Amino acid sequence: MTAIVSVESGRAAGKPRAGAAPGTAPGTVAVEIRGLNLTFQTADTPVFALSDIDLTIGRGDFVSLIGPSGCGKTTLMRVIADLQKPTGGMVSVNGVTPEIARLRRAYGYIFQAPALYPWRTVIRNITLPLEIMGVDKAERLSRAKRVLDLVNLGGFERKFPWQLSGGMQQRVSIARALSFDPELLLMDEPFGALDEIIRDHLNEELLRLWKRTGKTVVFVTHSISEAVFLSTRIVVMSPRPGRIVDVIDSNLPADRTLDMRETPEFVALAHRVREGLRAGHSYDDR
Amino acid sequence: MTTADALAGAPGGRGFLDRVRRGSAGPVAVVLAAIVAIWYLGAIQLNTPRIVDQYGRDGRATWTFAELVADSWSMERPVLPAPHQVAVELKKSVLDIAVTSRRSLVFHAWVTMSSALLGFAIGAALGIALAIGIVHVRTLERSLMPWIIASQTVPILAIAPMIIVVLGSVGLVGLVPKAIISTYLCFFPVTIGMVKGLTSPEPIHLDLMRTYSASTAQTLWKLRWPASLAFLFPSLKVAVALSVVGAIVGELPTGAQAGIGARLLVGSYYGQTVQIWAALVVAAVLAGLSVAAVGGIERLALRRAGAQP
Ligand SMILES: Nc1ncnc2c1ncn2[C@@H]1O[C@H](COP(=O)(O)OP(=O)(O)OP(=O)(O)O)[C@@H](O)[C@H]1O
Ligand SMILES: [Mg+2]
Repeated sequence: MTAIVSVESGRAAGKPRAGAAPGTAPGTVAVEIRGLNLTFQTADTPVFALSDIDLTIGRGDFVSLIGPSGCGKTTLMRVIADLQKPTGGMVSVNGVTPEIARLRRAYGYIFQAPALYPWRTVIRNITLPLEIMGVDKAERLSRAKRVLDLVNLGGFERKFPWQLSGGMQQRVSIARALSFDPELLLMDEPFGALDEIIRDHLNEELLRLWKRTGKTVVFVTHSISEAVFLSTRIVVMSPRPGRIVDVIDSNLPADRTLDMRETPEFVALAHRVREGLRAGHSYDDR
Repeated sequence: MTTADALAGAPGGRGFLDRVRRGSAGPVAVVLAAIVAIWYLGAIQLNTPRIVDQYGRDGRATWTFAELVADSWSMERPVLPAPHQVAVELKKSVLDIAVTSRRSLVFHAWVTMSSALLGFAIGAALGIALAIGIVHVRTLERSLMPWIIASQTVPILAIAPMIIVVLGSVGLVGLVPKAIISTYLCFFPVTIGMVKGLTSPEPIHLDLMRTYSASTAQTLWKLRWPASLAFLFPSLKVAVALSVVGAIVGELPTGAQAGIGARLLVGSYYGQTVQIWAALVVAAVLAGLSVAAVGGIERLALRRAGAQP
């Protein structure tokens, strides 16, 4: 019962906060999704990955997607990134189709796996997008050094990926996405492979970067506290077919510190996310 | 304690490595010795009938087995020359004669290798170009691949004379027709290996290029090409060995004046089996050295590309 209520209130609360209901001034909406459906045609049965997704992400928002494994978070990100075509519904990124946005290099995508090229050193992995985008060499190197320091990997320039731990590789992939300074960051469980301490540290770094640059971030996570700590909005999804159960606007102040995780406001938000996740599961059972 | 164990384990590991090294030298020596032994036995088996005939003609009624063996290993025109006879012939025709002489095997080897290497270079380039085309244009795969495979089902010995004649009629003689036969043989493994190699990148690596909206050419040079190197070099090793074979085969129908193939032809014409075998050994060594050279380049290239040692 509470689940249903939270769905209603979540959706209702979601829209005004985003300031992005259809028809508002252009330039304030980063991603808009209406009635999105996606079905994978597999050999035996169709897989209903996403069902009737409505979501508006305002420019400068930090939106987390949270939901059980296999609920379609990655698929949703891939649709926004034009790596996957939806089977129904409307998606726009910066007011244009995902394909045009991709051709304009509107976003940086951080995959669930590091996806580093094994024949390139750390620094050359980071300069890869810059090479492709035609940035000259000196500029490439100075930018790569800067983002490498940002993820605390200064000194590892000449190492090859296999010489790094899994967590370090993931940080390189984050640096690679930051190197060309995209407006929109699509981060698919970027910190999933990291230990708590480095994760806390990178969470703070990411929050600082987001505040300083005003980037829009779409962030997939399995961690409730990470979602609450980082986000301005939390989108809770349910499994098969993936749909949105709750959209929660954070009332936490913009200046956040890690010890804020013990405050009643934080705990209340975390509780609501947990309720949403439970509700999603009960949908599945019925 | 555990640290001490680990430290104690380290020298043990080194000892193990040494044993592996010794162990790898042992089998090689054993196999080599076995081959030489079988070769000597084969020489006895194949040559004694003629020796016995000869004894009969000479009117010799009795002979010892030792005499028979000694004679079967020292015939002037044996059916199968003994290893030491081939070695003596090699020393004479490789070391003792000036390399500019037509009787020097080094001279002939150079003639064959120059066309083999030219053919290999063209074949490798052609193979890579075909693979790039096939990977990027879907219709090419279906339209070209059957022809490529069919081309390799034709026996090279049957088609080599035609290639030489056709090219000769348009004024191409000498090095180039032989090189083309090498090309014909060696583009194939390169195409097959490179199609596999260029399509080897993982989907996520291709997706990454897509997120940068990289062009097809950029994806080729920055992703597909480096990913294919691990497939390219094994193909090149097969190709370079085939190119030596191709050059030798190309020398046979023309009645070439020079080259390993010419030596084989002359040798068989005059029944000079020792000379034939010496030429065969040189051909094998050439192919082996070529493969080893490609292997050396492979190690350098893969080390530069950060291969895990
Ligand atoms: N290419 C595909 N073909 C068929 N089914 C797919 C494909 N990609 C994903 N799916 C299915 O779609 C559903 C959603 O997958 P997705 O990867 O988006 O989940 P996720 O929420 O990211 O999970 P996780 O948290 O484990 O990463 C899954 O049931 C999966 O089996
Ligand atoms: Mg996922």
